[in-house]
Amino acid sequence: MKEMDADVLVVGGGMAAGWAAISAAKTGASVIVVDKGFMGTSGVTAPAGPNHWWVPPDPAQREAAIRRRLETAFGLADSKWMERIIDITWRSIPELDPYYPFSGDGKGGLFRSGLRGPEYVRALRRYATDLGVHVLDHHPALELLGRQDGSVGGAAGYDRLGGVSWHARAGAVVLATGGCGFRSGLIGSYSNTGDGYLMGVEAGAELSGMEFCISYSISPAWLSTRTLPYTGARYYDAAGAEIDVPAGVSRMREHLLVLADAFRAGPVYADLREAPKALPDVVRQIQPATVAAFERRGLDMFRDRFEVKLFGEGTIRGTGGLRIVDTGCATSVRGLFAAGDAATREHIAGATSGGGAQNAAWALSSGVLAGQAAAALARHEGKRAADEGLAPLGQAGLRPLAGMRPVDQKALQQTAGEEILDLDKALRRRATGLEASGRRLEGAWQEVSGHLVGKSLDAVAARETAAMVATARWCNEAALARTESRGMHVREDFPHISPLQAHRQMVGGLDRAWIRPDVAPQRQTKGHPG
Amino acid sequence: MIEDIFPERCTGCNDCVTVCPDHVLDPGAAGAPPVIARVAQCQTCFLCELYCAHDAIYVAVEGAGTGTTLHHPTPLIGRLRHDYGWDGSTDDPLRAFWQLGPLLREGLEISAARHTRRQATALSEAATGQEGDEALSSRALGTTPKDPAA
Repeated sequence: MKEMDADVLVVGGGMAAGWAAISAAKTGASVIVVDKGFMGTSGVTAPAGPNHWWVPPDPAQREAAIRRRLETAFGLADSKWMERIIDITWRSIPELDPYYPFSGDGKGGLFRSGLRGPEYVRALRRYATDLGVHVLDHHPALELLGRQDGSVGGAAGYDRLGGVSWHARAGAVVLATGGCGFRSGLIGSYSNTGDGYLMGVEAGAELSGMEFCISYSISPAWLSTRTLPYTGARYYDAAGAEIDVPAGVSRMREHLLVLADAFRAGPVYADLREAPKALPDVVRQIQPATVAAFERRGLDMFRDRFEVKLFGEGTIRGTGGLRIVDTGCATSVRGLFAAGDAATREHIAGATSGGGAQNAAWALSSGVLAGQAAAALARHEGKRAADEGLAPLGQAGLRPLAGMRPVDQKALQQTAGEEILDLDKALRRRATGLEASGRRLEGAWQEVSGHLVGKSLDAVAARETAAMVATARWCNEAALARTESRGMHVREDFPHISPLQAHRQMVGGLDRAWIRPDVAPQRQTKGHPG
Repeated sequence: MIEDIFPERCTGCNDCVTVCPDHVLDPGAAGAPPVIARVAQCQTCFLCELYCAHDAIYVAVEGAGTGTTLHHPTPLIGRLRHDYGWDGSTDDPLRAFWQLGPLLREGLEISAARHTRRQATALSEAATGQEGDEALSSRALGTTPKDPAA
């Protein structure tokens, strides 16, 4: 058993985790990062290249940007949060100058809004390390540790390269564990299994916006890449007849409905020969992995017609996550903070996805805010007594309620993925279907919480299975309870937006899932910037 | 999925064991190449190849669909790391990054304009009068997304 101690423990190793660690360390706090994989390649940022919501500090421009986003947030976003996120993003990215190879913007300045994944997360790691952050790779967290007063005081996990358990005591914990992609194959999401949601709920936190989990990206059928809708693609069915697919971010639902019909009929093919002429060279230089996905199968992506598939993005490009109760990204549990896709993004995206740029700005800024607030709390509380008892809070997959027996984890993971990501279920939600999904997910949860248990390295997989099933159950409960259509959540049996449901919706619970409207005003946290 | 670790190139540094986000590899015996221990966990992100300074790893692209899996053809060994500019071949690997967003927007506009044209043609052929005008205006290309996420 490896024992550790820090003011702030950051769980995760992607964008939000990196920024949380950096901002906490800048205040002088001691910080440990524990990532399931490697901080530099883990998560959905590393294999991609996020573009950030990037608006110069000109009041008119910022006001206009916020107004545009409020119009598409369906009443669930907050202009104050948007203002803060835009500002933190604008001020933070230049801090990476010593660590990231920024290049020109074609106008004599530096191009800063988009960053390539591998260099971005590597830069965050180097910056954090220079600030004294202790980074521990391949240290998946398995559970949170609770103090007697109900607050969170650390986490425990397994060092999978060292083959030993670890136990970390901390003044505050930031969950930056990403969203849940239900193992859809979405690139970078293999390890994003909703771990933070499960750990947070076990500690007493709530989730919010879990019904907003309907997001897909079209890619070559054999490997998820991310920019196909933006290449002027034409689509064809197996007989070679062209399929007229609506395009445009504002038409995502139509785009998905047409594709869902096409996929039901058979394989769908894309043809990129009408892509902008300059695109092939730029894609090779900026997204070499996209080119490799074709080249390594003997294909030329801009000449050969190829089969495509939709990859589910769950709560990654979807919006839901741990509910945040103040401007420092605290959850309702003292000592526990959430950032990035682990937290709900409704504050800036409302009932829509927000798209890549808003997501990246959120991951960055919520990380900065959570890191600062966690450090402030740890400082305020002082060092807790080293012998203060910390109770392990993990349940499903670690401490089964009934009695351990062999459990078919693969089948349970599949159930979770299918009930949430299946196109027909997701795009055509109605009470009967959601209730049927609910019964299947309840059965899966009983199996997981009753009987699944893993030790050592197997505990990591067991917890991933438990987290995916739990997340699917919360998403489904939330979708069933929101009896209206709002943003990406569309109910065929309630096709209109209801003024009575113009609020966020909390979901939580382990033995029994529960739903509550979230109507409480949000607290201000002292000491946050701007 | 990770297909090969070439023993003649591998130095046994085990960096790939550490950088793999999904714990696919185990360290090899002293000085020997790592072992591909859990290939089912490989998501074909290519990041082990990017981090391998000796181009000793090849990630094959498998799965259903168009094309044939090529098994480490010589011209592709090290190609990805070169394209990323991590082989020292360029000081400014991201010089074209600023062009990507506008090009992707242009691609989306091509698709959207094509869809609008097709709808208009379908409508004029159907000659449905009022209903058609309304449908056409609601389907006209309105917004250009600001953030084609890469």
